[in-house]
Amino acid sequence: MTMHTLSVLVENKPGVLARVSGLFSRRGFNIDSLAVGETENPDVSRITIVVNAESSPLEQVTKQLNKLVNVLKIVELDAQVSVARELLLVKVRADRSARTQVLETVNLFRARVVDVAPDTLTIEATGTPDKLDALLRDLEPFGIKEMVQSGLVAIGRGSRSITAGPALRAA
Amino acid sequence: MTRPTPETLAHTARRARAAAEPAGTVDPAAARAAATPAVPVVRPSAPAPVSGAGSLVRSLEALGVDVVFGIPGGAILPAYDPLYDSSVRHILVRHEQGAGHAATGYAQATGKVGVCIATSGPGATNLVTPIADAYMDSVAMVAITGQVARPSIGTDAFQEADIQGITLPITKHNFLVQNAEEIPQVLAEAFHLASTGRPGPVLVDIPKDVLQASTTFAWPPTLDLPGYRPTLHPHGKQIREAARLMAAARRPVLYVGGGVLKAGATEGLRRLAELTGIPVVTTLMALGAFPDSHPQHLGMPGMHGTVAAVYGLQKADLIVALGARFDDRVTGKLDSFAPDAAVVHADIDPAEIGKNRHADVPIVGDARHVIDELIAAVTAERSTGHDSDLGDWWTQLDDLRNRYPLGYDEPADGTLSPQYVIKRLGEIVGPDAIYVAGVGQHQMWASQFISYEKPHTWLNSGGLGTMGYAVPAAMGAKVGKPDTVVWAVDGDGCFQMTNQELATCALEGIPVKIAVINNGNLGMVRQWQTLFYNERYSNTDLGTHKHRIPDFVKLAEALGCVGLRCENADDVDKTIAAAMEINDAPVVIDFVVGKDAMVWPMVAAGTSNDEIMFARGVRPAFDEDDI
Repeated sequence: MTMHTLSVLVENKPGVLARVSGLFSRRGFNIDSLAVGETENPDVSRITIVVNAESSPLEQVTKQLNKLVNVLKIVELDAQVSVARELLLVKVRADRSARTQVLETVNLFRARVVDVAPDTLTIEATGTPDKLDALLRDLEPFGIKEMVQSGLVAIGRGSRSITAGPALRAA
Repeated sequence: MTRPTPETLAHTARRARAAAEPAGTVDPAAARAAATPAVPVVRPSAPAPVSGAGSLVRSLEALGVDVVFGIPGGAILPAYDPLYDSSVRHILVRHEQGAGHAATGYAQATGKVGVCIATSGPGATNLVTPIADAYMDSVAMVAITGQVARPSIGTDAFQEADIQGITLPITKHNFLVQNAEEIPQVLAEAFHLASTGRPGPVLVDIPKDVLQASTTFAWPPTLDLPGYRPTLHPHGKQIREAARLMAAARRPVLYVGGGVLKAGATEGLRRLAELTGIPVVTTLMALGAFPDSHPQHLGMPGMHGTVAAVYGLQKADLIVALGARFDDRVTGKLDSFAPDAAVVHADIDPAEIGKNRHADVPIVGDARHVIDELIAAVTAERSTGHDSDLGDWWTQLDDLRNRYPLGYDEPADGTLSPQYVIKRLGEIVGPDAIYVAGVGQHQMWASQFISYEKPHTWLNSGGLGTMGYAVPAAMGAKVGKPDTVVWAVDGDGCFQMTNQELATCALEGIPVKIAVINNGNLGMVRQWQTLFYNERYSNTDLGTHKHRIPDFVKLAEALGCVGLRCENADDVDKTIAAAMEINDAPVVIDFVVGKDAMVWPMVAAGTSNDEIMFARGVRPAFDEDDI
């Protein structure tokens, strides 16, 4: 099984996310992560989907996604030529005795402390899934009280950009 | 002539009234000319103040809709007021499922978009089965549903159902109209989506307060579908590659699906077949796309296909699939399907290509363009001297056709043979009629023993396998083609699911003819119990024989139809002739047939096509040395 990152440009209309996510479950695909937001064009949203699939069924799911009337464009982002990031917020047990060590780890990973309480620190980190996994592994011994992670967002390297292009001239 | 009823008279009067008005919206002639998909030709109309409901009805008129099937109810009620004066004929059905299948039958018989209307909640959910059916068989249908008023959406209001959510997986697209200004545009988009590319059902859900709101109606609206661009013209390189394979193949087969009918490509198909001499198989959805009587026609492939068609695909070295989708009922066990064949797969839907079977030459395009361009490319290929001799292939196939023709044994118990009834029906009624089947044994026999010579003369529920399809779909077909004889071939199980629409037919002057192949059982299920469940007939006896409940003749009469019964072979011809004489009312014939007849040949579900059985316990003998 390999991970694929799909960048899906869709019309920014109600219900489009349900159409996309429903398609995945209906056709038997597991979504590993999903992130959605507006693009430089407010009429267009971009959904980044990480899917765990063999390549031929992935082609099938791409084709099925393309059939959705609200889907404008789908690009598979190759990890080699794209930048991919997740956001992590984690609340770690850090009383007086552990605080220095936790802060050292935070600095090591170029993460930031965003909230402080007498016995916890809340840390914000962005990075690749691998980096965030490593950070969590290092924080684990102190005691993770709560954590939340965003889906992966990704963008291609270089000057070329993915836009809805001529498809959206009518919009 | 149809017997006039209060309903038909009232409609004629209303229509005359509507026609007498100066109108301004629709030029009826132009509207009829707009029958073909694409943008309808109507006179533009300047913005005029109307209600949302008025805008809906005027949009339907502008789109050239001549008939809709539906039932009113609370949420859709505002739409029925302007409909009362409209040139659009509304046919009041008895159950929303009937409206949906009627729209499908209408669309399949005419090539136009079929329209059905229901109210919110249960009205809308009753449309779910026909919508799913139309989705599986790629039928151009627009379903219009009322919804609770916008402020009530999401509150579990009376008769509220999230029909947009429910139909997400079974529609090509669906809309929840958020304000009345959108109505003309949404309707135009819905019709465009339903009828172009790969056709399919589109649902338009309109809240009651949107129907009641004041708005303006102007036509034509601008379509805004930036993500919808069906590919009609195939890629020249792929066409040339396909032509090269076709000229070089020694055992090629043209595997023709319903897409060829939808694209109106049957003439081209015939030219392509005759140009190349390649054998043709037509799927259940494509019967009539290529004349059954044509010498190059091997019949239908698949679970109950002919031995020659199944073998032809199985042993082919090249399969040229045109608007077909390698359905499991055709391929049998996929791993062992046509192991030596290269595949050229042409379809308008890119997602069909390579979905089940790898395509060596994928072609995305409309079947009409694909076939026309293949003809040109094959002609060019042959002019350079490339052409293979199909003589040996035809010798093998002809040998199989001769040894394993479609046939049946007369029942040993002396009961009436269902196959005989259906065969005689086809012979007496002829190839100009439209035949509509339900689902089960009678459907397979109707596909086997009636000869289809013309496109759009065979309607059935192929993909979803919807029992109860036949009566309402026949009603829709007859409405669309009033001058054509329409016969439904139905089973006693299917018939009991939707026969209430015969009341609609009787009152609305829609003289369909129904042949109920009454074997007293859920016949196909019983056949599987015979073959695979040790003849343990769990819950398949409907009692229509044993107790004659219901009595179909009395039932027909109660529904305002003529009821006839036929119980032996000698009466078959005269009963059919009697039904053909009646043109002013629907007719139902109760053909009481034996319960033990089975559909053969058969490839058991999940097994390889190599395991095809010609009859019970009889495997065809294939000479492996020939291959």
